[in-house]
Amino acid sequence: MATTTRSRGNPIVYVATMMLIGLMLGPVIYIIIGGFRTNSQITTDPAGLPDPWVAANYTDVLSGETFWRQVGNSTIAAVATTIGVVVLGVMASYVLARYRFRGRGAMYALFAAGLMFPATVAITPLYILIRDLGLVNTLPGVILPQIAFGLPTTIIILVPFLRAIPKEIEEAAAIDRCSRLGFFWRMVLPLSVPGLITVGILAFIGSWNSYLLPLFILNDQDTFTLPLGVQAFSSQYSVDTAKVLAFTSLSMIPALVFFSLFERRIVGGLTGAVKG
Amino acid sequence: MSSTVDAPGDRVRSGGGVQAPPPLRPRRRGIGWAQRLEIVALSGPAILMFVGFVIFPVVMAAYYGFYRWKGFGRPTDFVGLDNYVTILQDTAFQEALWHNGLIVVLSLVFQGPIAIVLALLLNQKLRGQSLIRVLIFVPYVIAEVIVGTAWALLLQTEGAVNGVLRSVGLGWLAEDWLANPSLAIWTLMLILTWKYIGFAVILFLAGMQNIPEELSEAAAVDGASYWQIQRRITVPLLGPTIRIWAFLSIIGALQLFDLVYIIWGQYVSSTAGTSTMATYMVTEGRNAGNYGYGNAVAVVLFAISMFIALVYQRFVLRRDTEGALTEGG
Repeated sequence: MATTTRSRGNPIVYVATMMLIGLMLGPVIYIIIGGFRTNSQITTDPAGLPDPWVAANYTDVLSGETFWRQVGNSTIAAVATTIGVVVLGVMASYVLARYRFRGRGAMYALFAAGLMFPATVAITPLYILIRDLGLVNTLPGVILPQIAFGLPTTIIILVPFLRAIPKEIEEAAAIDRCSRLGFFWRMVLPLSVPGLITVGILAFIGSWNSYLLPLFILNDQDTFTLPLGVQAFSSQYSVDTAKVLAFTSLSMIPALVFFSLFERRIVGGLTGAVKG
Repeated sequence: MSSTVDAPGDRVRSGGGVQAPPPLRPRRRGIGWAQRLEIVALSGPAILMFVGFVIFPVVMAAYYGFYRWKGFGRPTDFVGLDNYVTILQDTAFQEALWHNGLIVVLSLVFQGPIAIVLALLLNQKLRGQSLIRVLIFVPYVIAEVIVGTAWALLLQTEGAVNGVLRSVGLGWLAEDWLANPSLAIWTLMLILTWKYIGFAVILFLAGMQNIPEELSEAAAVDGASYWQIQRRITVPLLGPTIRIWAFLSIIGALQLFDLVYIIWGQYVSSTAGTSTMATYMVTEGRNAGNYGYGNAVAVVLFAISMFIALVYQRFVLRRDTEGALTEGG
């Protein structure tokens, strides 16, 4: 990198970048640090640093049963959604990428059209459907629609990925008397692990952050996921700002951890789908 | 849509469909029953889920929308187009629609140029480049609920933003950011920009990676300045990426719900001038117990989004759909 002719140390660029990062992270840092203050500290100086640092807000939240129950619910919903989306998605993508049959274009268009419509437009009738299925106040009532609405993105990302597997490998497998399903199982799945991780992480974060669907489906406190919990907590303890900040910052940790672990894959996957 | 979203180069071979007509061309290696079975077994579950939980509800919304219905039992009180007439005449809906339109336009006008500049900035070889890219993406990954809760606290009249302004002697700038109706929509735009700019930047950066470096090198050899190169080469070649981003941004802005509902709640959003079609739908539909009406609003929202999506696909995306939302070319 030292050999590049491009301005390597343009100070203006660095200052601008630092300011940008400050703006992007400022509110996040405020939440985290604010959780270490007391309410009276926040009232007297809303923008100050903790003085002294108080861990009580965090320990209170962490020792409470509510937070962990919601973490559990969110985890179950996110893991089940991820598994469902990845399994169903890779199977359908394999068909779209590797089989030639009448109706393939229509099938692809069906899923691609779904990309245009997030769950918002369907939420009211979806709620009625879930209610008629008797799944209100249950996690499957959230998981099943999330799998369905996660499929378009998954398929759009995976199809080009699976198509890129060289035809020679498939032919070689055929010569070795490996059936198409055997090829799928022994070659395609192992080769597409990076793509599966991308769509899996996207599905996980999407589910972890999901708000509208749980808002409609889950009315019972015991089934709340974290986003509902954060909102309930912040209205219940609206005077206890510090505790709300602590609760909020704890609840964003998992998505942030997942994202930072797999950032390259997520960004790569997004750009693969929306190739310019 | 079928002309643009359709798989390009999809040559249909005979014998694959369930009710395939007699083959016109001689079969190559025909698709046997085993293979049909594989296709059905592999893609069936996904199609069932998608049709059951995405397509079916949208179709049912169209049906429920013709009824006055409280959501219990089967709908029986058929009212024809009454719900739709009410929606279109309701000033609250018209305001929400206006806000959505404003958010669509302002998102494009603000976020597009800012994101391009930021992407150009970050496209230079910087120390810690990959870390910077991760950090700029953080707000996008944080849940809307958290973003909403945090900004609502920050922007209270006695919140941190006003606190900082007062402490640096800019107290006269302190405002009631959330409740002042002439200001609230701009506050919302600020939060939306903060939350979603990272996504645009990452997309644009990726688009820039695909631009061959030889082009700008050649231009540099010919004496073009940095800004000339960006303006004449990088940004024009980024066109397809920008158009895809704009499409996603428009669809997102039309369906905006979470942030508004969390920050302004169900009642305040209309008085603060930040209500959207989606918050109107939830407030007037489910929260008011008028499920027929709520479904009709959903149909209107769907129709508007669909119309805009189709127009955009037809007139803007058409030239570069290959390799974009299609099969990755």
